[in-house]
Amino acid sequence: MKIPRPRGALTEVLFESLLTGSDVPSAPAGTDDTDAALALWVLYELHHHGFDDVDDEREWDPDLLRLRAELERDLEDRLRERWTGPPTTGAFTATFFDWVAEQDGVSLAAHVHRDADRDQVLELLRVRSIYHLQESDPTAWVVPRLGVRSKAALMELQYDEYGNGDPNRLHHHLYALGMEASGLDASYGAYIDEAPLEILEQNNAMSLFGLHRRFRGAALGHLAAFEATSSLPSRRMMQGLERLEFPAELVDYYAEHVEADAVHEQLAVRTICGSLLEEEPQLEESLWFGAFTCLDLEDRFGRLMLDRWLSAELTAECQDVA
Amino acid sequence: MSFDHPDAILCPGGPMLIRGNHAVEDPDGVPHGTTRPVSAVCRCLKSSSLPWCDGTHKVLPADLRPA
Repeated sequence: MKIPRPRGALTEVLFESLLTGSDVPSAPAGTDDTDAALALWVLYELHHHGFDDVDDEREWDPDLLRLRAELERDLEDRLRERWTGPPTTGAFTATFFDWVAEQDGVSLAAHVHRDADRDQVLELLRVRSIYHLQESDPTAWVVPRLGVRSKAALMELQYDEYGNGDPNRLHHHLYALGMEASGLDASYGAYIDEAPLEILEQNNAMSLFGLHRRFRGAALGHLAAFEATSSLPSRRMMQGLERLEFPAELVDYYAEHVEADAVHEQLAVRTICGSLLEEEPQLEESLWFGAFTCLDLEDRFGRLMLDRWLSAELTAECQDVA
Repeated sequence: MSFDHPDAILCPGGPMLIRGNHAVEDPDGVPHGTTRPVSAVCRCLKSSSLPWCDGTHKVLPADLRPA
């Protein structure tokens, strides 16, 4: 992957620095949200795949880390401002699925199931690829920060995400196969230039939670919410893709998630978050923060896409449809 | 110190998780082998992927969900 197209004053100067070694900028007050989010995404990518045209030494450049910290503070402030606080109804493991069911986010899967046209689905596949081609990687950062029980529990789930030792079953590889069969470019980050703010924020939040030990609770709460909202929507995605005659490789990616995530949602809530809370009960609020952030960012992304594709009236009809 | 690590976990209102390799018979008597380290066996019998859970229990009325 090469450095993406800049989207504002900050990324213009930052990308110049990454390419040439010129001075690293600060993020001035009033930086455009998308510009700031793309800058942070690129800085996180130095820790993931890197860029063909950036020296790998820059991963730990103190000036870049200083800028990353500035952007992370802004992101954290924004996520916390949106958070409505932990529910007061009961313990995490006992109430989590009911809490998820009560959230009234829009469902892109419902739209794909019934109404989406082929171009809309291709657009969705392209921007979703920013995450699906590195699926589970941000959560892997959390493993060394955990106690014995929650670490073993998380690895039980992650092992399945990574194909149980079989590269042909590794989830982000399955997505790549589905993209290729659909005529899309499956190379990592190929569609970053068209990723909207909402996609950049989703990915940045996962990296933020994964890369900071203090967010280990939020990372696992995010995982639980992600898994708990995957199985049924994946079935609807399958049905929509079959309706539109997308190739079997892509349908297979979602078929795998129907069954895998019916397991993973139980593991995430009961064995992973349950163990974490027994080891570190003070992290319960952080679990809820991560779970809320996951659902809130997905709702923001869903609304953006439906508003782009549909009238407001139809967007409302997609609300609260799993 | 040792920890509980059961072979099967009953999830209230949801599936039964089973660890390891097993053959699970669906309601038509057809055996299905497990393919992952932990599998979720449907208990509401409304799944479209029997014998495996597909999350359907979550959209059933509370009185139709498994105990």
